[in-house]
Order: sequence, then C-alpha cells, then structure tokens
Amino acid sequence: MNFLRSTFTLFAKEVRLEFRTRDLLTATVVFCLIILVFFSFAFDPTPAESRRYGPGLLWIAFFFAASLMVSPSFAREQINDTLDALRMAPVPAFSVLAAKMLANLLFLLVAETILVPVFSVFYNVSLAGIICRLIFVLVLGSLGLVIAGTVFSAISAHARMRELLLPVLLLPFLTPMLIAAVSTTISLFSASAELDRTWVTFLAGFDIVFLTASWLLSEFLAEG
Amino acid sequence: MASVAAPPAAAEPGLGVRFDRVERRFGALIALRTVSLEILPGEFVALLGHNGAGKTTLLRITAQLMRPSRGNVVYTASGRSSSAQELPFAAVKARTGLVGHSLLLYDELTATENLTLFAKLYALDRVPHRVTIALEACGLATRATSLVRTFSRGMRQRLSIARALLPSPKLLLLDEPAAGLDRQGLAWLGSTLESLRREGCTVLMSTHARNESLDLATRAISLAGGRVEQDSGPGGDPRPLLAALRAEA
Amino acid sequence: MKSRVAITLFIAAMIFTGGYAALFVAPDEATMHQIQRIFYFHVPVWTAMTTALSIAFASCIGWLVTRKTWFDSLAAASSEVGVMCCTAGLITGMLWGKPVWGIWWTWDARLTSTFVLWLLYVSYLLLRELLDDPYKRATLSAVFGIFAFLDLPIVLFSTTLWRTQHPQPVLFGGPNSINRTMLDVFFLCMIAIVAVMILILIDRFRLEQLRLEAEELRVEIESRVAEPAPMGVGQGIPLKGQL
Repeated sequence: MNFLRSTFTLFAKEVRLEFRTRDLLTATVVFCLIILVFFSFAFDPTPAESRRYGPGLLWIAFFFAASLMVSPSFAREQINDTLDALRMAPVPAFSVLAAKMLANLLFLLVAETILVPVFSVFYNVSLAGIICRLIFVLVLGSLGLVIAGTVFSAISAHARMRELLLPVLLLPFLTPMLIAAVSTTISLFSASAELDRTWVTFLAGFDIVFLTASWLLSEFLAEG
Repeated sequence: MASVAAPPAAAEPGLGVRFDRVERRFGALIALRTVSLEILPGEFVALLGHNGAGKTTLLRITAQLMRPSRGNVVYTASGRSSSAQELPFAAVKARTGLVGHSLLLYDELTATENLTLFAKLYALDRVPHRVTIALEACGLATRATSLVRTFSRGMRQRLSIARALLPSPKLLLLDEPAAGLDRQGLAWLGSTLESLRREGCTVLMSTHARNESLDLATRAISLAGGRVEQDSGPGGDPRPLLAALRAEA
Repeated sequence: MKSRVAITLFIAAMIFTGGYAALFVAPDEATMHQIQRIFYFHVPVWTAMTTALSIAFASCIGWLVTRKTWFDSLAAASSEVGVMCCTAGLITGMLWGKPVWGIWWTWDARLTSTFVLWLLYVSYLLLRELLDDPYKRATLSAVFGIFAFLDLPIVLFSTTLWRTQHPQPVLFGGPNSINRTMLDVFFLCMIAIVAVMILILIDRFRLEQLRLEAEELRVEIESRVAEPAPMGVGQGIPLKGQL
C-alpha cells in the first residue's frame, strides 16, 4: 500500500485513539501550566527579563510536554502487541513511525497553542507582529522534539523504567535543537524582532538529518 | 454463525514455506536450532510441542516478525500449471494472516473500527461491506460499535481471528487459536479453517492442547528444545502424532 | 597468553616512560608552568575517547547489518570505555581549570558540548542496562548509538555558535608555542594512552562475551531443571527434519 495513504490511515487511528481518552492532553497542559507558574518564582517576570529568560522557560515546558506525550505512542502498541499486526500489514515500515510522529506533532502543537498565549499574558510578553514567525519557529522546533521523541519512545518502550528513561535519552540528544529553538525565540522576542537565519537553518537541518536517519533505521525499531 | 463465504480459489496459487537450516539464537541463547522443513502449498500443519519448544518462534519467523540468525525462509507459490517459484515476503505479506498469542487489536477502538483499519491497511476493496460480513461471520455484528475493551475473552479471540481472515489469506499462521474460545467459537473456527483448507490455504497452527480443528490437519510436526523432533511428512499420516498429543492432554 | 603478557608489559613500559617524560623531561611551559603538564594526559585522553566512540559507532552499524553478536559486545565495551575516557578528560580538565582560571567549571562551548556528550553516552549505557531481552538490547541500543554519534558534531557546532554569540568570561587556551621536546613527549603520551585504552577495550569486550556465555549457561540450566518428562512417542514414525 502506498506510503501516503497508509500513513494517513495510521495517523487517523492515532488521533482517534488519543482523543477517545483525552486524559493525556489535559494532564500535559495542566503540568505545563504548573511549570509556567513555578518559573515565575525563578526570576522577576518584568517584561525585559521575560523576553530574555522566557524563551528558555517556554522550550523547557515544551520539552516536558513532548516527553510526556510521546511516551505512550509506542507503549500503547504493546498492550495487545498491535505493533506486530502493523508490521505484518503490507505497509512501509516508516509509515508506522511517520504516522506517530505526525500525531505527536499535532498534539504538541495543540498544547503549545494553549501555552503560548498563557505565557504571553502571565509574563507580559507581547506577541503582536511576530505571530506568524513564532508559529514557524514553533513548528520547526516541535518537529525536532517529536522526531527524536517518537524514535526514542519506540526504543524505550521495550525497557524498564521507560517513563524515566525517555527524558534521560532525549535531553542530551536534543540539546543542540533546544539551543537553536531558544536562540531563535529570543531573537524574535527582542526589540528587533528578527528571525535569526543561522539558527532557523540549523533547526531545519536538524529536523531533516534526523528524519532521514529515522527513515533509514525504521525497520530496526520495530523488530523483536 | 456462518463460515466465511469462499470465492473460487482455482486461479490463486497456493503458498508454501521452506525453512533452510533456520536458526534463531543470540550467542548461545538458542530458541530454534537448525530447522529445515518444507511446507507445501495447501497443507494444514499442526505444530506440536511444549511451551518453550520453539513453536511461537517458528511462527514469528514465518511471519517475518523475527529474523532468523542463520538460514533462510523461502516462500513458494504454485498454481496448477506453473512450477513452484520463490517469492519475496513483501509479495506474500498481503496474503498472510496471523493469529498470535496476543490479541493484535486495539482495546480503545470498536470492533468495526479495528477491522476497518486493517482492511484499509491491506488495501482491500469495499471495506465497509467486508467488515460487515466479517463481523456477521464471527457472530459479533450486534457488538460492532462497542469498544473491544468491553468484550469477553471469547469474543476478543473471535475478533482477532476475524481480523486475520480479512485479506482472504493464502497462508494462515495460528498460535494457539483455540485459547479462550467457547464451544460455539470453536465450532466457527473449525468450519472456517475447513473452508480455508478447501480453498487451498496453507495453514500452520500451533497448539499444545486438544481441539477439534486438529482433525483437519494433514501433517503434524512436533518440536522440542528448538528442534524438529518428529514429522509425519507431507504425504504421511498425522494421526499417530496427534493421538499422542491427545493422550497427554 | 604469552604474547598478551608481552604486549601488556610493553604498553605499561610506554605509559611509564610517557608519564616520566611528561613530568620530568618536557620543559616547563611559559605561562602555566607545572600545571600545563596535565595536557600530556588530558588531550590524549580525548583522542582515546574519540577512537573508542568511533569504534562504537561502527559496531552499532555492524550489528544492524550483519547481526553478529560480537559487534554488539564491541559496541557495549567501546561505549563504556569511551565514557570512562570522557570522565577522565572532564576531571583532568577541571583539575587544570581551577588553578589556571580560578574556577572549577565554566559553560563555554567545548566544556558544555563535552558534558552533553558524556550525558549522551551515559544514557546509552543506561538504555542497555534497562533492556532485558538480548536481541532487542542489541538492536535498539544500536539505533540509539547511531543517533547519538550523529548528534556529536551537531552538539559541538551548536554550542560553539551559541557561546560565540556571548562574551566569554575566560579564554580557553591551548598550548601556545610547541617546542620540539614537548611535541615528542606529547606524541609518546598520545600513543601510550590510546594503547592503554585499546587494552582496556579488549578486556572489556572479552568480559562482555563471557557475560553472555554465563547468561546462556544459566538459561540452559534453568530450562533443564524445569523440563518435564518427554512425551510418549508414536510407533514407527520416521524421524524427519535435520538436527
């Protein structure tokens, strides 16, 4: 079956499964809101400070959101060994992975859509005039989070202590991507409100490199 | 419950499997030791043996869910006129069905949603029609819109079997399919397997307890310690081996 | 065995000579004086680490392509040795930093990326520890290992870019002018330390192989103890299938 169609079918299944229970999305958003509150104690949230430290805080919150959300994507397939059923179906191996990446991206973007306005309000950071570019950065960065998150979720699903292992695997690996995302966001929030070309290219490059690596290694991820 | 309506199978080649010195090991942890077998198209093979004998491993390797550490698994096809030709698994995948140890179904989807998903993944035509027929055949039409999570053990097993049968498989792999089935379910399984056999489907069924479907077997192979211990052969009589099994159970 | 003892003695001799040379033969460095001597250990340890991690990367690919178990053992051994070298490098770096800069640590590009590298490979080892099934452990850690290695240049690049955008509190200085004796001592130490690393790697590799063997024997014993009596055999059935 062709790649696009099978990916879409599987993507629809992922979304349907997630929205049927909906606990995860709610819990993640609440968790991130708590983080946002706590960080207001770490520094004095004046507009100037918020523009400097806010992006770091935001991306930490997104990182935690991503780790929480991708964790069940493969764990869920272990309940009735449904991954075996998917592997036996005549669909490309990467289809299964790509569908989960897309679904996780969707959920993460939904969480971000809630968190960013909340951040803007609580930390007095105006988003006027930069929304489109901010969305662009959010998508690129979230893509990086989700690509690594989904692959590592596939890996850690077979391990003990998987909920703890996943962020431990993810954070060192994602350091460069987080640096890039934070830098880009800082430059967006700054007075000049410009999009730093170097970092944006870096982000895009990161996404492409690891998406390709995932594609090449997708067969091995499902093996058992 | 009715048995699955059988389309004429004369034009479809049967599928056979050949194991060439297949081994599955990691270092010295050996699950399967040098197994060489040829399963001809249309055979109904009962795979016997205790837990840990290697039956599940053999089935999973046939389904390509596991790779053999050594050796090859070759899939052959033969029509009435053509001689056996080898096929890559990619070509065979669409015509292979697996009923595994686990359910292979999503608990949080309804019966219809589960079957629809797999029907689409197998690129079948007239998906809603096929799904309805499948549900009727396994007696779950009344529970079509209920979540699988709410099903009893027997119902889940029936749905799992129905899922494997969706693509009208020419090679059917069953790992203890009778587990959890009640009398009606067993009867349905038996009649389904019988019609599949008539259509020329190759069946490889592992079991360690008696069940009526064993009467359909044309061949019995027993495994022990990862090896083939006894084999009644493609033309032989499986009943003595099966009788031995019955005596134990 | 004899050749192993000979090689070990030779490498031991090299490292003792190197150590002696580093401490007493090499001339005093202009600005940092005695503290600078740590450089003869510190830099070679990074070379050893890079070598070990490159071997790890190649082994991960080797396993995925060939499925030969020794590739997996080599991946485990070399990653562990790599982490060990990285730890040694970080600690000696800090020992150098304190007298020279007055602080134990700074978040400059090189240190940050090295620390991230250390964390990355420690998480690889943790992953291996938490995966029980040997086949899955080999395959999944190989995939992670490949991702980790590909990330290394990216980490280095990004942290460098990040840190150069901000003023540095301290300049990270290397050796300024390399005098001939220093260079000789340096290369001697480089070879000696990499040789020691390889020796440790080989030992660790063999340990991994032995561990696998022990696990297999344990499983074999357990399965024999648990095995029930063999089932009754039918009469006159020809035995088919190869053993």
